[in-house]
Amino acid sequence: MTSQPIANRYDFVFFFDVTNGNPNGDPDAGNLPRVDPETNQGLVTDVCLKRKVRNYVALAKGGGAGHEIYVGERAILNLQNKKAWDAVLPEVTKAEELKKLPKDEAKARELTAWMCANFYDVRTFGAVMSTGVNCGQVRGPVQFTFARSLEPVMPLEISITRMAATTEKDAEEKGDIRTMGRKHIVPYGLYRAHGFVSAPLAQGTKGTGFSEDDLALLWEALSNMFDHDRSAARGEISKRRLIVFKHENRMGNAPAHQLFDRVTAQRVYNGESVPVGDQRTHNYPSARTFSDYKVVVDSSNLPAGVEILDL
Amino acid sequence: MSFGIKLHVWGDHACWTRPEMKVERVSYDVMTPSAARGILEAIHWKPAILWVVDAIHVLQPIRFTSIRRNEVGAQIPAGSVKSAMNRRDTNGLGLAVDENRQQRAATVLLTPAYVIEAHFELTDMAGEGDTDAKHIAMFNRRAGAGQCFHRPYLGTREFAAHFELVEGDLPESKLPADQRNRDLGWMLHDIDHANDHTPYFFRAALVDGVMAVPPLDSGDVIG
Repeated sequence: MTSQPIANRYDFVFFFDVTNGNPNGDPDAGNLPRVDPETNQGLVTDVCLKRKVRNYVALAKGGGAGHEIYVGERAILNLQNKKAWDAVLPEVTKAEELKKLPKDEAKARELTAWMCANFYDVRTFGAVMSTGVNCGQVRGPVQFTFARSLEPVMPLEISITRMAATTEKDAEEKGDIRTMGRKHIVPYGLYRAHGFVSAPLAQGTKGTGFSEDDLALLWEALSNMFDHDRSAARGEISKRRLIVFKHENRMGNAPAHQLFDRVTAQRVYNGESVPVGDQRTHNYPSARTFSDYKVVVDSSNLPAGVEILDL
Repeated sequence: MSFGIKLHVWGDHACWTRPEMKVERVSYDVMTPSAARGILEAIHWKPAILWVVDAIHVLQPIRFTSIRRNEVGAQIPAGSVKSAMNRRDTNGLGLAVDENRQQRAATVLLTPAYVIEAHFELTDMAGEGDTDAKHIAMFNRRAGAGQCFHRPYLGTREFAAHFELVEGDLPESKLPADQRNRDLGWMLHDIDHANDHTPYFFRAALVDGVMAVPPLDSGDVIG
């Protein structure tokens, strides 16, 4: 934690696209890609994006000092046997003692500060510590919203076959060892997510200490995280644009929704481009590549104190 | 005497979680006074003032959708943190998500929009420099310029709120006629964190699209 806590507010728009893959399965619908049932736009939850940020930081920093990840996937976190605790803290034996830990607020704050100093995700997204003391809960400065595809997506169900059976019993019963499986994909979708970084939650004694370096790492994670999240289910997911509005003031210099309105997407077909959702696009063939879209950022007459970073 | 403010807030989703349905979250139909206070505090708050919500105007039809997500079913045990601190290493502090996974559905509101009507009162923490006029000017300046201490949200942090100060007429309400007058049942009024986190409830009702909020010390709020 060499650099200072951040001193600016940031609002960002994050575009990524998926080709022949499932960016985020819906447990309610047999792992089909999430879809808003009203509009058929694809959805990717905030927690899905946060998971990828955590995984990227774990990979990029290898759990180095100050960059450990609290909420980890086992493949990354080198989990130690919990028995270590008992060896270290023999005096704390009763569960209720642990639950009621620090009644004293300064102690609780010290614990929280120590967690923030060691764990990147606690510093960034916050965490709940079960202390029963109000400041045992940290709100992180970084907040994601759901990503939503610009146009309706049409999830496909692809049946696949496997030339092997799992058990001998299967093979004997069926007389044919081939089994069928299913994959769900979105042929193409361009998704847009919004996010916020609130400087006051990083600053001061109650802040998490989220620093300029941490912020640079967050942008790096957003830009590169999909490249380290390849799998059979994901298909090709790529970051396309990351447009950051940097406010001079820690509270901000302009309403976020007005800044977000400056970032618009258009459909491109036969050399002409019309806004997404325009009636004329109804006769267009479905988008299948990023070049079927155009992202436009209106940087004219920016409010004073707001700067656009295109990362 | 303090002045009232009106704030227009909206977003894609909202989840004002009912306390009796917190595992598989189910949202109230309308924003709670407690959540409204949180939104105002995200824009401007000091210990010297206390926001009091007077009414909530519902501007959009009340519609629900369901979202199921993988969530973690554990909190950070302070005891482990303490012992890790004493040992000066973080071994074993992490949490394996696949061991602590819970799939939970949330029933959330779609495209909510409200106008919060509120005023503030000075608390006994107020110093000499804390006047009504100063704080109202600060709030209006911030809300007017889109400034906030942290991004306000509609119940949970993934549902960020956009906000605008209402200076003239209220935005037009799109609440359909059959939803404009209804009894909303008992609703959380607020939680008294100073006194052992005591919750208070009131009988909420929409009258012509507006939910009036009784003051905490009136007889209509039970704790």
